[in-house]
Amino acid sequence: MTIGTEPTTGPALTEERIEQLRADFPILAEQPGGVPLVYLDSGATSQQPRQVLEAEWAFRTQRNAAVHRGAHTLAALATDDYEHARERIARFVGARPTEISWAMNATDALNTVALALAEANRARTVDASLRIREGDEILVTEAEHHANLLPWQRLADETGATLRWVEVDDDGVWTTEALLARITERTRVVALAHVSNVTGLVAEVEPIVAAAHAVGALVVLDACQSVPHRPVDLRALGVDAAAFSSHKMLGPGGIGVLYLAEALGAALPPARLGGSMITTVTMTEREFLPAPQRFEAGTQPVGAIVGLAAAVDYLEAVGMPAIEAHERALGERLAAGAASLPGVRLVGPRPGQERAGLASVVVDGVHAHDVGQVLDAAGIAARVGHHCAQPLHRRLGVAATTRASTYLTTTEAEVDRFLDVLSGVRSYFGAA
Amino acid sequence: MADPLAGLYQELILEHAKRRSGSGLIEPFDAERFLRNPTCGDEIRLRVRLGGDAALVESLGWEGQGCSISQASASVLAEEAPGLRVSAVRERIEALRELLRSRGAIEPDEQLLGDAVAFAGVAKFPMRVKCAMLAWVALEEALDELDAR
Repeated sequence: MTIGTEPTTGPALTEERIEQLRADFPILAEQPGGVPLVYLDSGATSQQPRQVLEAEWAFRTQRNAAVHRGAHTLAALATDDYEHARERIARFVGARPTEISWAMNATDALNTVALALAEANRARTVDASLRIREGDEILVTEAEHHANLLPWQRLADETGATLRWVEVDDDGVWTTEALLARITERTRVVALAHVSNVTGLVAEVEPIVAAAHAVGALVVLDACQSVPHRPVDLRALGVDAAAFSSHKMLGPGGIGVLYLAEALGAALPPARLGGSMITTVTMTEREFLPAPQRFEAGTQPVGAIVGLAAAVDYLEAVGMPAIEAHERALGERLAAGAASLPGVRLVGPRPGQERAGLASVVVDGVHAHDVGQVLDAAGIAARVGHHCAQPLHRRLGVAATTRASTYLTTTEAEVDRFLDVLSGVRSYFGAA
Repeated sequence: MADPLAGLYQELILEHAKRRSGSGLIEPFDAERFLRNPTCGDEIRLRVRLGGDAALVESLGWEGQGCSISQASASVLAEEAPGLRVSAVRERIEALRELLRSRGAIEPDEQLLGDAVAFAGVAKFPMRVKCAMLAWVALEEALDELDAR
């Protein structure tokens, strides 16, 4: 496997190449419903290649121990793996290792940022630049996943700040111009998804960061649907915080990543207190370690972290630019195919416009749950529901949508199978 | 479409999903429940009126949105519950719950269940049990509320 500082390009994901990759994923050969599995739900959770499972197995059977404590050799080996993993993940997203701390998942990481900002507002000793006062503003988009909405709602409630949002249009799309127009002198935080988990819209992060920083606001990026699928350089984007989940990028569940840019990591107080994050403790006082340990109270899931590092190795060996190009083509195939079906409404960017490798649809006259059932009967695992984005779905005027999301192992034939089954749904329910 | 779904989407269910018997809120009513299935967004508001010294379900109306299973089960309930004794309705709700949770291990009792026997196939689709029970649980909770008064 190539490990370099530059992202490896990797050969294009041709049919032959994908066939090779699929052999690494044992689950893709399963037939959970008695028919071959067409897995189009990587946006919710991705599958793990052998290499990730083997890395975890090797760690757990050969090097498992508590890290950063204990004088024994095994603990030193485990600590090496643990910190090596941090370096691997940092390099993968263009960050320094000290800017990477562990969380349970992206939801946990986003909550940590909001809780730490709330704590910064209670603790008078903290950097005044983090203070959020009554009348200040927190800006989000109407399309956010609940994980990047509710923590900000609560922070606004607690601080007296006003939650503002950029609205989406009838397709669920918001524009950079509209968002920029919402940034004011009172804006303290701008929180947005890099790639929408419902619409596949890709945010233009740089101008938003520039405008936010110009008024002294922090930018928090939900990178759950971007980091696994395309090259992302968080330092180059300039965001102050970012979050992503291991289980969406070929890694194990139960571990996520919180990126805190150096300045924010140095200023932010910890949201959780406990072991492994202090320098000195007395019966009444406490002093904390610097980032990243400050944000890592308690024992971390080291085996899962080692698995995530192996997932990053795997992704880099395949090549993030190749994965991005492959998924861009599949996203377009999904969007164009769905938009051409009678009685099927495509959500998100129109065909031909930039979108990530996923598409959500509404089938006229058929509830998404019924659509999902018909797909399932054909072996197609797609996601139905509100995808943890109720305000967006309310704006779209539907309770639920059906989403197909792709990854590096998805083939054109799988996308076509999805579209084919989708085209028959309305007649099955007598809606055509 | 080769049909592994035939057991789930019985003709009767697809018909009821369109017919939506009992659709519309009744006035007057004795109790009302609003239930929501947060995973798929199915929701129902159900009203019930009792008669015969509160021993009978006299009338039942509902409004809601959701998948064909949830809408059809509300429709079947609204057609069959009125006129039944409250105790018999409770027995039927319990029988449906037991059937749907059985994963197919229980033979449905048509005498007891009436048209709801069409939902027997749902037992093999555990993700859909909540859909099929939504209206029935709403009625059960409404009856509980009346009992508690």
